[in-house]
Parts: sequence; C-alpha cells; structure tokens
Amino acid sequence: MSLLTIIVLLGFLVAALTPALTSLLGRRVKYVLVLYPAGTFVALWTMIPHIENGNVIVESFSWVPALGVHLSFLLDGISALVGMIVSGIGALIVIYTGGYLRGHEQISRMYALLLFFMASMLGVVFSANLIGLFVFWELTSISSYLLIGFNHERVSSRAGALQALLVTGFGGLAMLAGFILMGMVGGSYEITDLMSRADLLRAHEFYPAMLLLVLLGAFTKSAQFPFHFWLPNAMEAPTPVSAYLHSATMVKAGVFLLARMMGILGGTDWWHYAVSFAGVATMFLGAFVAFYQSDLKRVLAYTTVSALGTLTLLLGLGTEEAVRAALLFFLVHALYKGALFMVTGSIDHETGTRNLDRIGGLRRAMPITTVTAIAASFSMAGLPPMLGFLSKELLYEANVQAPFASFLLISLGVLSNALMVAVAALVAIRPFFGALRETPKHPHEAPWSMWLGPATLALVSLILGLLTAPLLGGLWNAAVLSVHPEASPLALKLWHGLNEIVALSAFTALLGLLLFWMRSRILAVSRPPAFMRALKAEQIYHLTIAGTLTFAKRVTAVFQDGILRHYVMFVTLVVVVLGFWSLLAFGPIVIEGTGGGLHVHDVLIALVMLAGALLAAYSNSRLVVIGSLGIVGYGISMIFLLYGAPDLAMTQFAVETLSVVLFVLILARLPRIKDIVSHAVRVRDGIIAGFAGILLTVLLVVVTAEPLNSRVSAFYSTASFLEAKGRNVVNVILVDFRGIDTLGEITVLAIAAIGVFALVRQGSKEGKP
Amino acid sequence: MKSVILSTVVRLLLPLILLFSFFILLRGHNEPGGGFIGGLAAASGWVLYLFAFGSAEAKRALRLEPLHFIVLGLTLALGSGLFSVVMGRPFMQGIWVDAVIPVIGKLGTPVVFDTGVYFVVIGIVLKIVFALAEEEGR
Repeated sequence: MSLLTIIVLLGFLVAALTPALTSLLGRRVKYVLVLYPAGTFVALWTMIPHIENGNVIVESFSWVPALGVHLSFLLDGISALVGMIVSGIGALIVIYTGGYLRGHEQISRMYALLLFFMASMLGVVFSANLIGLFVFWELTSISSYLLIGFNHERVSSRAGALQALLVTGFGGLAMLAGFILMGMVGGSYEITDLMSRADLLRAHEFYPAMLLLVLLGAFTKSAQFPFHFWLPNAMEAPTPVSAYLHSATMVKAGVFLLARMMGILGGTDWWHYAVSFAGVATMFLGAFVAFYQSDLKRVLAYTTVSALGTLTLLLGLGTEEAVRAALLFFLVHALYKGALFMVTGSIDHETGTRNLDRIGGLRRAMPITTVTAIAASFSMAGLPPMLGFLSKELLYEANVQAPFASFLLISLGVLSNALMVAVAALVAIRPFFGALRETPKHPHEAPWSMWLGPATLALVSLILGLLTAPLLGGLWNAAVLSVHPEASPLALKLWHGLNEIVALSAFTALLGLLLFWMRSRILAVSRPPAFMRALKAEQIYHLTIAGTLTFAKRVTAVFQDGILRHYVMFVTLVVVVLGFWSLLAFGPIVIEGTGGGLHVHDVLIALVMLAGALLAAYSNSRLVVIGSLGIVGYGISMIFLLYGAPDLAMTQFAVETLSVVLFVLILARLPRIKDIVSHAVRVRDGIIAGFAGILLTVLLVVVTAEPLNSRVSAFYSTASFLEAKGRNVVNVILVDFRGIDTLGEITVLAIAAIGVFALVRQGSKEGKP
Repeated sequence: MKSVILSTVVRLLLPLILLFSFFILLRGHNEPGGGFIGGLAAASGWVLYLFAFGSAEAKRALRLEPLHFIVLGLTLALGSGLFSVVMGRPFMQGIWVDAVIPVIGKLGTPVVFDTGVYFVVIGIVLKIVFALAEEEGR
C-alpha cells in the first residue's frame, strides 16, 4: 500500500510533463491536468472510513538510513482533511486558471508551477518524517516565490516574491534547526516516534529553543505578527495563485505544522502563551487593517492574516473545544476565502479594476458572481445557514471556555469578528449593488471556467452548513482526534438552541453591520492609528536587507575588486598566513635527513622548471610568460611520469597544451604587462609567492616524513580489481569508488563553461556601443 | 592566416586523434587513460581543426553544439548511476555485463559513466574555446 507516495511523486511528474502536454493539447490541457487533483481528492475520500477512529496509515521508504531520514508518509484525520482541501480546491483552481489566463503565452508555466506547488504541499501534509516535511516545506516556498513573481517584468512582483521567499525561507531554516534539536533529543525524526517521546522532549533543557525555532517556521509561513507583512505584498501574484496559495493552502501550512507539533511540543505554558499571543495579535491587527483597505485583494489579504491569527490562537489555547473550532475554521476559511479571491479575480478580469471605490452595480452584468460573492460573504461573516456560522459558534465557545484571559479573548474575538462582518458586507455589497460605475472594461459575466470554482466552493459551504454531521462529521472528528487524542466525537448541528454563544453571534453581526454603515465616516476622520503604523515590522525587514547589502558591498569592494590577480593574491595570502600559523601552532618543525637519493634527471628537470618560473616572473612579454609557464607545467608532467603517475602526467600535458591555446586566443585583448604592473607590485607579489613556495616545501617535507599509511592504497589496489573490475586504480577511483564526486565535478565544470560563455558574450556586448 | 600544410595535416590527423582519444577512453579502466584524458585529447584535435580552418568551419564540421555534448555527457553520467537504482541497487553501484566484447572489453555502467565524462570534457573545452575564438574574430 503506497497510495500517499504515489500521490506525491505523481504530482511532480505531472508538473514536469505539463509544458509538453500544453503544447500538445493547447487550451484543452486543463481537462487532463485537473485529473490529478480530482483523482487525489477522490482517493482521499475513499480512505476516510479507514482513519475515522483515529487510525493512522504509514508508508515508509528509507532515504538516508544512516541519518534516520526516511521518505515516509502518514494519513490520519488532519492530513486527510488538509489533503482534500489542497486537492479539491486545486482542481477548481486549475479550471479557473484556464479561464483567467486564457491565451496567455506563459500559461503552461503557470500550470506547471501550480501542480509543482500542489505536489509539494501534499508532501508537507502527508510527511511523517520531519526532514521530509522540511524538504517539501521549502519546495512550497520556492513554488510560491516563482508564482508570486509570475509577472516578472514588474518590479513590485519581483520585490513581493523575494520578500515572501526571504521571510519564509528564514523561518524554514529556523524550523530545520528546531527539527534537528528535536531529532537529537528524541532520537528519531519520525513524527509518530516523537509523539510517544513527547514528555522527554518537553522536559528537556533544549525545549524552549526547539519550540521557538519551530514556531518561527510556523509563524513566518502563516504570516503571524510580526512576520505578517509579506502576505499582502504577495498579492502581486495572479489571482488564482492568491486564491490557492495565499489564502486556502500554503499559508495554512504554518497552522498545520502547529497542529502536527501540538502532540509533541504542545501543552506547556511556553506553548500556550507564545502561540496564543501571536495568534490574538495577528487576528486583531489583520481585521483592523483590512477595514481600511480599498483594493479588494488587499482587503482579502488582511482578512486572511486575521483568519490565520484566529487559527493560531485556537491552537495556542489547545483545549478540546479550541482544536475542534480550529479544524472546522481551517476548512471554512479555505472554502469562503478561495471563493472570494476567485470572485475578485473575475471582477478584475471583467471590469479591469478591483478598486472598491471604482466598482459598483455589477449585479445585473454578473449575476452568478454576485450570488457566489454573497454566499461566500455570509460564510465569512459567520451567518447561518453557511458552514461559517458553525465554525464561529465553536470559536466563541472555545474563547468562553479558554483556560486563561477568557474575557480579553472574548472581547477581542467579538471585535475582530465584527470587523470581519463589516468587511464581508463590504465585499458582498460594494461591487454589486448601487449605481453601475464606469470601469476600464465593459463588464459582463465571467466565462463558465471562472465562475465554476467559486460557485462550487460557495455551494459546498452551504451544503456542509446544512448537512454538517452526515457529510463532514467522520472526517472532522478524525482530524480532531489526530490533534487532540482525548477528544470525544461531537455531532455538529446548525441550530443548537438559544444560549450566550448565539447572543454573542447576534451582537457581532449587528456591530459589524454598524461598522459597515459607518465605514465612510470612520475612514473620513481617521487613518489607522499611529501605533499601528509604528508597528510596521516591514521596516525591520527593509533595514535588514539594506544593511546586509551594504555590508556585502563593502566586503566585496575590498576582497573582490574585479582584478583577477588581486583575487589570486588574497587567496595565496590567506593560505600562507593560515598555513604558517597552524604549522607554528603545532610546535617546532624538525626535518630529518633528505630522504632518498636524487637522480640527475630529477635535478635537471627541477632546474629547467626553476628557470621557466623565473622567466615568467621577470618577463614583460606575455607570450614569453605563457611559454615559460608551459615549461613549468610540462616539467611537472615529467615528474609525474617518472614517479609512476602516468594518468596525472597525461592529464597535465593535455591541460598545459589547452591552457596555452586559451591564452593565445585572448592574448591580443590583454593590456601590456608594463602598463599594469609596477616594480613595487612585482616585489610584493614575489615576496608572497616566495612564502607560498616555502610553505609548500615545508609542508611536503613534514608530510612525507610521516610513515606512509599504506592501508588505503592496499585497499584500493585489491578492491579495484576484485570489486570494480579495473586494474587502473586512479580511473576506478574516479568513475566508481568516488563516482558521485566526479559527477559533481563535471556538473560544476559544465556550469563554469556556461559561465565563461556568458562572460565572454557580456564582454563583447559592452565592447560595442 | 591559412596554412596549406597545417590544414592538410589536420584533415588527416583529426580522425586519428579522435580515434586515439576513444582508445584512451576505453583502455582507461585497466591502463593509463580514461574519460577525462580522452576528452581532452579529442578536444585538442578539434582545437587544432579550429586553428587550421577557423571557428565557423570547425563548428560546421562538429555538427553538434558544444553545449549538446555537455548535455549528452551529463545525461550519460547521471543515467549510468540511475540505471543501478532502476535495477534495485544503490545509486551508482557498478553493474557489469559478463561477456567480454572485442575491442571495447568489459562493458558496465562505469564505462558508460566514463563516456559521459569524456563528452562533458569535450563540450566544456570547445564551448570555451569557440566563445573566445569568436570573440577574437570580431
């Protein structure tokens, strides 16, 4: 049974094949591509009965067994829930993209990246090994980078993409460090192993460090305060990407990680306070700022920040009620926010703008979109009969029964939700009602491919709201069990009597409508208060980036001034200084004897080489320098040959010859030696070179004075024939024993050749006006 | 600068050099030689051709772009390693055909790997030399 492995790996395969499929099938390719997410969704659906009672299905392949790294996947309640969200919305997004980017010449790149992301995200969700999880986690960051920067001609796109990558990448590395600490203490990287050793980890002195590091990963990914700023800037991405990655799935990876880690790192005071504080701050801040935005996508982005804060807060509380509320809201938010983003994309696509102050009265032109937007907004506002109502009831219940600061949580929760109601009303009413406004394009209904996705999501919100227990109950209770094993199953009902929670809900809705009604007046008299602007954590990001660049510029200006001979000088100088320093640090050097007799031909070769080297150092003619360096090189080959290394000698001969050829080709371009090298410089370089020569001589003498450990060469000379079937030990080492090194080296060489080619081309462009 | 002597000699020499380079490649497993040296030898032959006939003519005679040699070589090298994985062995573990083939000798994945190195080296040297030679010609 290896369903999960197949799902994840197939995704990468489909992504790789997408460009070819697109050029083969043209516009119809979306019907083929959609099979992958749709098939995944169905496959996961059929698995639900197997995991309902908290069962876990694990698949494992050893990857780097020596380090305890396995490619292992697990299916439990939460991974099935999130996996179905990722694949289900993914299928709708593929269809939507086909309409949104219809005729775009780079559409196959968009499809490929979306599928690449989908596979990475499913990898995160199903990973049962922390290192595997980290790898897939970083793959989602990279695909997010490429997708935000899809319109790479725009400066703001590139800046937003880079910012998202740097912030989430920073968090990802911190998370890796946290994972390694967990693995060191727990003795395994498997999540199930670590769960059984959770007490050990929580009692360990490294616990605060690992918690902090893992939280950094989760908070940056899920845009928690103070790392929230990248998410609104990521709205530079095409709208299908915003709908999919930056509201429904990828940004939830951090929340998913928190849920996964709760069984290992959760339940302590550290966890409760750190996670709840970040969550509550983000929840309120996001809702507050969203209220002031006028770009529809930024409105939705800030409400996403707020929703992520809510999820984090709930997982920080960690009670049974809170986990229930969190997992339901996880789904609810994905459904309504995905729908609203796609609606925004349709509006933008059909009218040419998404500025709330410039659109209005679209209900006649875009009836389906209007109904969809209203339904999704109902869910967002937490009004019956949508699923959003249920999740908000659970949220309030969790706040009321919170173990600490319950009153504060209730008041901030109600305030944030009232702001959400106001924003939901804004999104549902502003674009569609009132007088029709003049827009850049004449509005009409979006094509079917663009209303199918949002309408489906809104419809699912409605159906699940009405038939929650029969349709969603099993999966949802399994998900709750996988995060909170002691939880008891609960049957969800839309209406559960008149109580304080319903009263809070009614109050929230009224307050929200009041805020919506007063919005223009509030905006007229106030901008977000000064303390909010002072909290702009983005400034810290910009300062850090600018500081790093300045520092790098200064260092480079000193050590890499663009003159090759200075690079050589610095490298040699560092080797000389460190070499002598370490030689002296190991005590006095004793050189005994001269070791073996010298032949006449040895001395002759050495003398010729010496003459060549001196000539190269003194001559003013490049041709002479090159020739005399060639003499030195051929001399070395002779020595290799005489001392039994014919392979090295042959290579050296060939390399020397080709170097002379290369020099000859560029000779005419180089300035005259006299013009660039003064006498003083020659003396300085001579001294450095002299010390380098002395260092090497001393090192060689010291090294050869030690008795040679012949075990290594004995091993290779026997093993190379017996195991690798070759008598030439040098070659067998290169292509067999250390073959991976060689593979790496030829790859580096290939890159270097392309680099040389680019440099030469660049130079020839600059040379001409 | 066209020299009749050089171009005549090169025309005769190039096939020999290429043949010899292939010989060096194949004998590498038991005698001095191998893909790296063989690749350098073959590339030197083409460099000689370039000096005799100019880079445009050399490129035409070569038929393939140097970059294609690099791609071919890397693919062969990586493919020889992955072949072992497909056969259920660890990555890059050598797999040998038992029969001895005349001239080539024993055939196994390390030989394929070495052939990959051979092509990569040819491609790299020629890529750089052609780039510089064209630059020189301008």
